[in-house]
Amino acid sequence: MPDWVTTMASILLNISALLGVFLTIFALISVLERKILGRMQNRYGPNRVGPFGLFQPVADGIKMLIKEDVVPARADKVVHFLAPILVAATAILTLGVIPYGRNMTPFAIDGGILFFFAVGSTTELAVFMAGWGSNNKFSMLGAMRAIAQMVSYELPLILTTLPVVMVVGALSPDAIVSAQGGYWFGILPHWFVTTPWGAAAFILFFVSGLVESNRTPFDVPEGESEIVAGHMTEYSGFKYATFFLAEYFGMFAISGLAVTLFLGGWHAPIAVLEFIPSYVWFFLKLSALLFVYIWVRGTLPRTRVDQIMNFAWKFMLPMAFTCIIAAAVWHYQGRGLAGWLWSLAVIAIIYQTLSRLLETKKKFAPRTYRFAE
Amino acid sequence: MNSVAFLAIAIITLSGALAAATLPKLIHAALSLVIVFVGVAAYFFLLGAEFVGLVQIFVYIGAVAVLIVFTILLTRRDSVNDRGVNWGGVIVALAVFGGLLWIILNTTSLALPAPQTEPLTVKQIGESLMTNYVWPLQCVGLVLTVALIGALILVMEEKRER
Repeated sequence: MPDWVTTMASILLNISALLGVFLTIFALISVLERKILGRMQNRYGPNRVGPFGLFQPVADGIKMLIKEDVVPARADKVVHFLAPILVAATAILTLGVIPYGRNMTPFAIDGGILFFFAVGSTTELAVFMAGWGSNNKFSMLGAMRAIAQMVSYELPLILTTLPVVMVVGALSPDAIVSAQGGYWFGILPHWFVTTPWGAAAFILFFVSGLVESNRTPFDVPEGESEIVAGHMTEYSGFKYATFFLAEYFGMFAISGLAVTLFLGGWHAPIAVLEFIPSYVWFFLKLSALLFVYIWVRGTLPRTRVDQIMNFAWKFMLPMAFTCIIAAAVWHYQGRGLAGWLWSLAVIAIIYQTLSRLLETKKKFAPRTYRFAE
Repeated sequence: MNSVAFLAIAIITLSGALAAATLPKLIHAALSLVIVFVGVAAYFFLLGAEFVGLVQIFVYIGAVAVLIVFTILLTRRDSVNDRGVNWGGVIVALAVFGGLLWIILNTTSLALPAPQTEPLTVKQIGESLMTNYVWPLQCVGLVLTVALIGALILVMEEKRER
């Protein structure tokens, strides 16, 4: 067999495995999310199609595919058409650099982390294309909001990956995962989330990930009650499904990166459990994070736009810088117990000072309604 | 293989550039400019300069393109059909083209095979940035910080006037 045939075959295998696995997870999570949300809101959730409503995604898929594809008459046809494709393509590309198990990185390059963020940053342009191409005020507003919050939260997102990259000394996800192998006393894993700077960075990263994937506490770009699904207002049928898919794929990608960076990737939590295959651990951690996404959605109300922006620039950004300093302290104190305590001290002091400075001393009285009563 | 890729990327990049120069709607032109940026990034990948290619995508598509699009959106109300031929621009473009052509024709070593170079890793780039080029790096950082603070001050003054 010639050389290029094997190369092409391996590339195609990688792509089909990636798409197959994540489309299945997407179908599963779309029904599980509604089930879990239903449970949290004291109702059943979907339970009509198939056993326990498990075939709901099939019904949804058929519905989406046979719906009429409506394109507004004054819309920019080409841009309107290209936007969902670009959104989905970037979301799928970012999934490629994550190590799913031992030697299971579909697209292993030296600058994998950089690739993730470089490709991820093109989503903003796609969202803009969707909003502008629809030629609709609501769409444009939604796209503006989406871009504003994505640009603002990209900063803490990238700055919180920096300490991990600096401590490991490499930009490739595989090197980062293998640096987190090994255990103290066979129980405590060497995951970065067990260090103070790692824990702080993980929380910041997770919140930024929530914003980047436009999930509920930060879903002002979509805000059904005010701007009717934002940049997706003028999309119907399969194009809307593509946006939906891209949102979930983005969520998988950002959670996968969080697992890779802070939760030890595919490593087992205890040395004894290492006989279980590595990909099982990865997907267990991924589903735990996805459950938290759904949990947060079922718990928190939507925030305001100015609250999101203030939070990004006044709290997230300084704390992200603090994580870098704390990681440096941890490194120069010999990465042992002393470093652990020192970096905890750094983070605690700056966190306290910051929250003192940001306290507005506003008293919240019970809300009074002028016209509604 | 490489020359085929080179030609394909060249055709895509040049058609993107042509579209950016000729399309009547400014937003369309800006979006075609993005194709040019992707093409340049693809050339960096083809040359084995992974890091530079990724930074090209990151900075030019993620930031510069969004910036251009936003400036067009926020500053212009008449977005359709007012692009005549800008003769000054034509002269500048011709001058740049002529200069490049003159330099390329005066370069003798065009036909020589390229010397074998090791592909640069991100680590090497970082080390040379932090040792040999630390002063330029700091200067760039200073300029960017000044720009950031300047932008903030502009916005704040606008608020006070109201």
